[in-house]
Amino acid sequence: MIVAGGPVIPNFGSGSKCETTGGWWCTDWLRSHWGDTLQPALVQHVELSLLAIAIGFVLALGLALVGYRFRLLDGPIGAFSDFLYTIPSLALFQLLVPITGLTETTVEIALVSYTLLILYRNMVAGLQNVPPEALESARGMGLTPLQMFLRVELPLAVPTIVAGLRIATVSTISIATVAAFVIPKGLGRPIFIALQQDLFKTEIIAAGGLCIALALAADILLVFVQRALTPWSRA
Amino acid sequence: MAEPQAAELVFDHATKRYGDAGDLAVDHLSLTVPAGEICVLVGPSGGGKTTALKLINRLIPLTDGDIRIDGVSINDQDVTQLRRGIGYVIQNVGLFPHQTVEANIGTVPRLYGRDKRWIRARAAELLELVGLDQSYAKRYPGSLSGGQRQRVGLARAIAANPPLLLMDEPFSAIDPIVRARLQDEFLRLQHEVRKTVVFVTHDVDEAIKIGDRIAILREGGKLAQYATPQEILEHPTDDFVAEFVGKDRALKALALRTLDTMPLRRETGDGPRAEKTTTLRDALSLLMTERAQTLVVTDGGQPIGSVTREDILQ
Repeated sequence: MIVAGGPVIPNFGSGSKCETTGGWWCTDWLRSHWGDTLQPALVQHVELSLLAIAIGFVLALGLALVGYRFRLLDGPIGAFSDFLYTIPSLALFQLLVPITGLTETTVEIALVSYTLLILYRNMVAGLQNVPPEALESARGMGLTPLQMFLRVELPLAVPTIVAGLRIATVSTISIATVAAFVIPKGLGRPIFIALQQDLFKTEIIAAGGLCIALALAADILLVFVQRALTPWSRA
Repeated sequence: MAEPQAAELVFDHATKRYGDAGDLAVDHLSLTVPAGEICVLVGPSGGGKTTALKLINRLIPLTDGDIRIDGVSINDQDVTQLRRGIGYVIQNVGLFPHQTVEANIGTVPRLYGRDKRWIRARAAELLELVGLDQSYAKRYPGSLSGGQRQRVGLARAIAANPPLLLMDEPFSAIDPIVRARLQDEFLRLQHEVRKTVVFVTHDVDEAIKIGDRIAILREGGKLAQYATPQEILEHPTDDFVAEFVGKDRALKALALRTLDTMPLRRETGDGPRAEKTTTLRDALSLLMTERAQTLVVTDGGQPIGSVTREDILQ
C-alpha cells in the first residue's frame, strides 16, 4: 500500500481533555485547527475537484461530439469510459504511481477518468434526444450544420448535460478524498490522519462533513446554473 | 421588401428512386404551380406526396428530372440559400423549444443578418397577422397549445417573406374544430400575402377547401390528376381518383359553388330564403328540410331572384 509522503501536520500535542479522551465532538479542536488543517484542506479539495471536472468536461465534450457525429464510435467510446469507471480508485492509483509518481497528475488522471463516463453518456444522450422535428425545421429553414449545432442541438442538450455535470461533480468531490493516499492534499488528508491517530472522531466528522457540505453546495450551485441557462425548460 | 411576392414552381419529370433498383417514390412528376396559387398534394400513404414536397427544398435529393423556381433549377442554387428562400411548415411544427416565440419567428431573418429591433417589429406584425396576441412574443413554445404553435410555425415560415411556402400536413395533428379555424385563417392570410404554396395533406376535404389546384398522387408516386377542385370532383380522370375523392363528390362539388354563380329565375314569390353567398350544398339542404321546390335568393335581405331544386341538381 502506498502512503503519502511529506510531513504529517502536527495536530496533536496541545490536546484538550476532549481530544485526549477521544470524544465524539471537540469544538475547541475545531476552533484551533480550522486555520491550519481544515480550511487549507477544503481549498485544496475544491481545487482538485474543480480541475478534474473542468478537464473531464472538455474531454467528454470532445468525445461526445465524435460519438454523436459518428454513431459507430459511440459504442467503443462509451465502453472505454465504462471500463475506466469500473477500476477501483485505489487500484488505479497503484497503476499510475509507477508512471506519474506521487503527484497531483496521478490524482487528476484518476479523477478525470471517473468523470468521463457520466459526462460523456449524458452529453451524447442530450444531443441524441433533441426533438427530430426541431432538427428538420432547422434544416428546412437553411441553417448550416454548424449553426444547427450551436443554435439548436447544443442548447437543447444543456439540461441533460448539466444533469450529468451535477452527478459528476458530486461524485468527484466524494472520490477526491482518496487523493490523500497519493498526495497530502484535500479533505481526505485530515480523515486519513485521524484514522491513523486512534480514530480521532472530531476530525473525521468535521472533514467528512465539509466534504458533504461542499458536494451539496456545488450541486445547488449547478441547479441555479441550469435554471439560468434554460429558462425555457420551466415554461 | 424587394423580394418577389410569389414564384412560379415547375416540376419537370421530377423523379425520386430509393437505391439503384429501388422503388419509385416520385415517378416523373410534371406540373406547374402558377405564382400565388395554392397547390395541394394529396393521395394515399405511399403516394410520395411528402417526398415530392421535400424534393423542392432538397431535404430529399432528386434522382432524376428537375424542379425550377421562377425558372431557376433548385440544383443550381446553394442549398442553404435555397432553403432560406422557401418557407417551411411541418406537421409537428418543429418550433425551437429553447427560444421565445419572437426568436423562433426571427430564425431566418437572423440568418439574413437582420438585427433584434427589425425582428421584434416583424414578429409583432406577424403575430397580428396569424391572430395571436402580442404577449405571446416572449413566451416559450412549451406553454402554447397545438393550434397556437402552428400559427407561430406559419409566422416563422413567412418571416423573411419567401416567395414560396411548403406546408407538410400542417394541420393534421390538430383537433377538427381548431383545424377548420386554422384552415379559414390560412386562406384569409394567403389572400393577403399571396405566396405560392405547396400544401401536403392526406385529407381530401382539406385539399378541396384549401387548394386552387389539387394534384392527386397514387401509389408509386404517379400523378393521377392535376386540376382545380371543381374539375376533379366533376370530371375525375379515372376510378382511382373518383374513389379517392369519395362517393359524395357530387355534394362536395355543390359545396364549392355559391348561389350567385347560378343563373337566377326572375320570379321571387314565397318559399325559404337564402343569401346569394350560400353554397349550393347548403341551399339544397335547406330546400330538403323545408320540403320546398323553390328557393328565394337574397342580397342583403332583398330578394333578387330564385332557383329550383332542378336548377341546383343540374
